Amino acid sequence: MADHSEHVAPAGLYWLVWAILIVATFLTAWVATIDLGPFNTVVALFIATCKASIVVLIFMGVKYTHEKMTKPLLIGAIFWLLLLLVLSLTDYASRYAG
Amino acid sequence: MSDRAGIGETPLAVEHEERPELRHHFADVEQQRNAATLGMWWFLGTEIMFFGGMFCAYLVYRRWYFPEFAASSRSLDLIVGTLNTAVLICSSLTVAMSVRAAQLGKRKLQVQLLLATIFFGLVFLGVKAYEWDNKYKEHHIPTFSFNAQDLIKDNQKLFGLDKLQNDPAKLQEREAEIQRRSQIFFSLYFALTGMHAIHMVIGVGIFAVITWMAHKGRFTPEYHTPLEIAGLYWHFVDIVWIYLFPLLYLIDRRPGA
Repeated sequence: MADHSEHVAPAGLYWLVWAILIVATFLTAWVATIDLGPFNTVVALFIATCKASIVVLIFMGVKYTHEKMTKPLLIGAIFWLLLLLVLSLTDYASRYAG
Repeated sequence: MSDRAGIGETPLAVEHEERPELRHHFADVEQQRNAATLGMWWFLGTEIMFFGGMFCAYLVYRRWYFPEFAASSRSLDLIVGTLNTAVLICSSLTVAMSVRAAQLGKRKLQVQLLLATIFFGLVFLGVKAYEWDNKYKEHHIPTFSFNAQDLIKDNQKLFGLDKLQNDPAKLQEREAEIQRRSQIFFSLYFALTGMHAIHMVIGVGIFAVITWMAHKGRFTPEYHTPLEIAGLYWHFVDIVWIYLFPLLYLIDRRPGA
């Protein structure tokens, strides 16, 4: 049976998300000062993506929505963004650096 | 003569009279709410492409001019940037909590949380203004008497200038190049943080209206769609900053590099 009433998330969950986001913010600033070679940028972007994901899923409620088009739309938007970034980079990365 | 032929025995409009917020072209409240939130998601999809273009330009130039980008990034205040990120995260929490307060029908709490959101938003913008003012004082605003001498002085090894000390002509050429290329970083810095700040200003404006509506008791556990979709916008602007922070402030903070 599908329950179509609005999902009310527990306040504790929002506080937990907030705590994770704050800790991750200070973690990413601290980790940037440690020499990880080429992995500094990878780690920074990984942490940013984790933060963005929990904001989308919990704060923006994508995890709970009954609206069937929201997730495909979001995945589509991210796909087009990656298409823009990845295809541009494959082009520029294979050229002479001006 | 009936003008409602084909709709059914119970005219839908009767139901709508009991729910003034329900527009006549929606079958029920849930459909109306889904349409509104989905519309916001469509808009956010266009926003992703809007910021995506600038992120793409950033990515290409960062690859080309990495030393200049790293040096310019180091001139940004890491502690201020980190704390400002935390401020924005707090504002996202208060937005999420105010939507929850609306779901539970707690009007007073809802208004307080919305006021806190506006407060955090204004603090973020104030800190941003302080950072921009610092860039102005450091002559780091492109074209307006832009000067990269401090970057050159602090990043000799990064720029490979230590190896050019015996060749004044090449040294001068490289320094002129750094002067040109670091302006690209700051152009992107001001474009990205500026567009983000404009979104924040619009967000604060939207939330001022939403707070007024909440104060007037316009939102109930059954109907608070304006608050919800304004919240989606605010969280999106937060996510943009979540990426801007490492991309602008943390390009290369390794000591001794």
